[in-house]
Amino acid sequence: MAEVVLMKGNEAIAESAIRSGCLYYFGYPITPQTEIAAYMAKTMPKRGGVFLQAESEIAAINMVYGVAGSGKRVMTSSSSPGVSLKQEGISYLAGSELPALIVNVQRGGPGLGGIQPSQSDYFQATKGGGHGDYHMIVLAPSSVQEMADLTSKAFDLADKYRMPAMLLADGTIGQMMEPVVLPEGKPNLIDKPWAANGTLMKRKHNIINSLNLDTPDLERQNFERYKKYAVVEENEVMYEDYMMEDAEVCIVAFGIAARVAKNAIAAARKEGIKAGLIRPITLWPFPKKPIAAAAEKPELKGFISVELSMGQMIEDVKLASSMKKPVELVNRAGGMIPTPDEVLTAIRKMAGGDK
Amino acid sequence: MTTQILLAGFGGQGILFAGKFMAYKGLLEGRQLSWLPSYGPEMRGGTANCNVILSDEPVGSPIVTDPDVLIVMNLPSFDKYESTVVPGGMIIADSTLIEKKSERTDIKCFYVPATKMANDMGIPTLANMILAGKFIRETGAIKWEGMEDTLHHIISARHQDMFDANLKALKAGYEYEG
Amino acid sequence: MIVFQKPHALTDKEFHYCPGCTHGIIHRLVAEALDKLEIEGTAIGIAPVGCAVMAYDYFACDMFEAAHGRAPAVATGIKRANPDRIVFTYQGDGDLASIGMAETVHAATRNENITIIFVNNAIYGMTGGQMAPTSLPGQVTQTSPYGRDVNLVGYPIRVCEMLATLDGPEYIERVAVNSVANVRKAGKAIEKAFRNQVEGKGFSLIEIVSACPTNWGMTPQKALQWIDEKMIPYYPLGVYKDRSAAKEAK
Repeated sequence: MAEVVLMKGNEAIAESAIRSGCLYYFGYPITPQTEIAAYMAKTMPKRGGVFLQAESEIAAINMVYGVAGSGKRVMTSSSSPGVSLKQEGISYLAGSELPALIVNVQRGGPGLGGIQPSQSDYFQATKGGGHGDYHMIVLAPSSVQEMADLTSKAFDLADKYRMPAMLLADGTIGQMMEPVVLPEGKPNLIDKPWAANGTLMKRKHNIINSLNLDTPDLERQNFERYKKYAVVEENEVMYEDYMMEDAEVCIVAFGIAARVAKNAIAAARKEGIKAGLIRPITLWPFPKKPIAAAAEKPELKGFISVELSMGQMIEDVKLASSMKKPVELVNRAGGMIPTPDEVLTAIRKMAGGDK
Repeated sequence: MTTQILLAGFGGQGILFAGKFMAYKGLLEGRQLSWLPSYGPEMRGGTANCNVILSDEPVGSPIVTDPDVLIVMNLPSFDKYESTVVPGGMIIADSTLIEKKSERTDIKCFYVPATKMANDMGIPTLANMILAGKFIRETGAIKWEGMEDTLHHIISARHQDMFDANLKALKAGYEYEG
Repeated sequence: MIVFQKPHALTDKEFHYCPGCTHGIIHRLVAEALDKLEIEGTAIGIAPVGCAVMAYDYFACDMFEAAHGRAPAVATGIKRANPDRIVFTYQGDGDLASIGMAETVHAATRNENITIIFVNNAIYGMTGGQMAPTSLPGQVTQTSPYGRDVNLVGYPIRVCEMLATLDGPEYIERVAVNSVANVRKAGKAIEKAFRNQVEGKGFSLIEIVSACPTNWGMTPQKALQWIDEKMIPYYPLGVYKDRSAAKEAK
């Protein structure tokens, strides 16, 4: 049996990345994710990899661009303000069809904001962030185990679809320790014939590029890319269905918010209120189908989106449910976390009266 | 059974370490658990606290807002968190640093002069582990058996000389009457 | 008998550069160095944002197109992950000395084992002739229509002099391509910069004082003269740093 170890979420990301065949890490210190850089600095040299503290987030993401274009697994990590700086590079990664992992251990914003956990980069992560039409695969871990598992998954998906992937965590999951089983076995590395890693005079040159001044052709490229995105949306949605079978109230929450929601659901069920949870694990592609299906159920009274933001994911819940049922918001912002009681109160209200 | 623990005090008192010790002990006992520290600049001299949940079921929210057990090492934290302890819960306080007593009658309170004991024993930095010893004795949330193994896990290789001191502190707390 | 031919490391793609532009000469010098050192197959080049943005089509080795100013960071990533490859950037003055200054300085101070070809023509060419970080005092451009006023916008940056103050870089030299003699010297400097990398010596940057007749508003011939009369006095040619040579001298 695989060994269970106790690790911080941030450290689990780092160790899992190395085990997933990522031997290149570039980053810049920022709370609350610096443990990732510290772990990489300590570990990479011993494992034959490269850790480099870049001069800026901008430099770090462009170092990632270089390694990704040469065909190797690579990552960077940061927290909200630093991830804003990386957006240009992420857009270039998407435009050049390059796989890479970007970790965002979110903190409260906007601006310099605070250092406590937040989910207020949801829009940035799922709707683009940088310029142009593009998506990243966005994975939202809700435990230290998922920090490890989804890091590994992110590399696989990024390689498979040749697109950047983001692990969208938050300060809580990054800082907390839980038992975790780390990935074992050989990483799932694939051949990358498109990589610009030297022709060795054996083939025509490969070019890693997002520039295209032929306007109709650039349009064609965009349409092609969105065909790929449609395949991702069809095949790669991940979510957890938690007590939804008989639910009259459906909570939608990810990451740390989903764990708070589970406490509230347990309390509600003790009171006889049938509450359940749809927990998106992929935020893009968003689990539209299960939400649409829940909205069709006659017994369902509505949805409650629980978020550490002013209400961002709620827009996707409204779209996915086609507003067939009411969609309410329970939220805290700026680094505060909703309490199970706050969620329970909203569940009670939606279920009707003080039942 | 689920035990929600809040450890609170000043930075530098070993609040996070005591919590980490409990979490590791839980891990080695095969329990479900979470350990969540406060983080940021307040870790240097300001207030530090740490949430530990030990359970037989998967841990939901790792955030402890209503602790079953409050282990407290300074007055500001005592004042802040005393009222949050659930009825039937417990406070374990370092009475060297907190002269105040709780007026609540619905909880159990243990006042351990941990800082004085640690100073007297010549291990002044280990009042935290004296309180952890008391915690084991009064809650049974983690077992005494296997203590040495846990300490070996959490004390880094270059500090193994601290092993005996930690064990001594845990024992002193475990055996403290009152 | 073949007396003259295109270097192998250039593709057959026709250059898009303006008449009289010296990018073509510099591309050729870079390609000749790749040929001579037989490193085309292991070379990975990085094009900038600027007039040379499409350099990826002209060099026959593997190529990247980088975000504006980020080429040294991209090169750092490539080189760190592929230490046996020869990595070079080809950048203009806006790319290297304005938006990408941080990347330039830090790649230099880390002594990244890469080669940087820095084309200084004292103007933003691609966007149509705006003031560059290296535009001369008084120089008229689209965004300094009354001449560069150093009291308002500061002085030109002398990149070689500045980088030479760092302990990190291996080799820093400034050359020009406005005469046959200067082109020959430039070719030698570029070759040395690549040779340094092959030998594992570290960061080598060659600044090439270059002409932009179109945006300077001059004939090609006048532009070459202007390099002699105006540019070189402000940007003196020469070797600014040669760490290995300095070591040997000791």
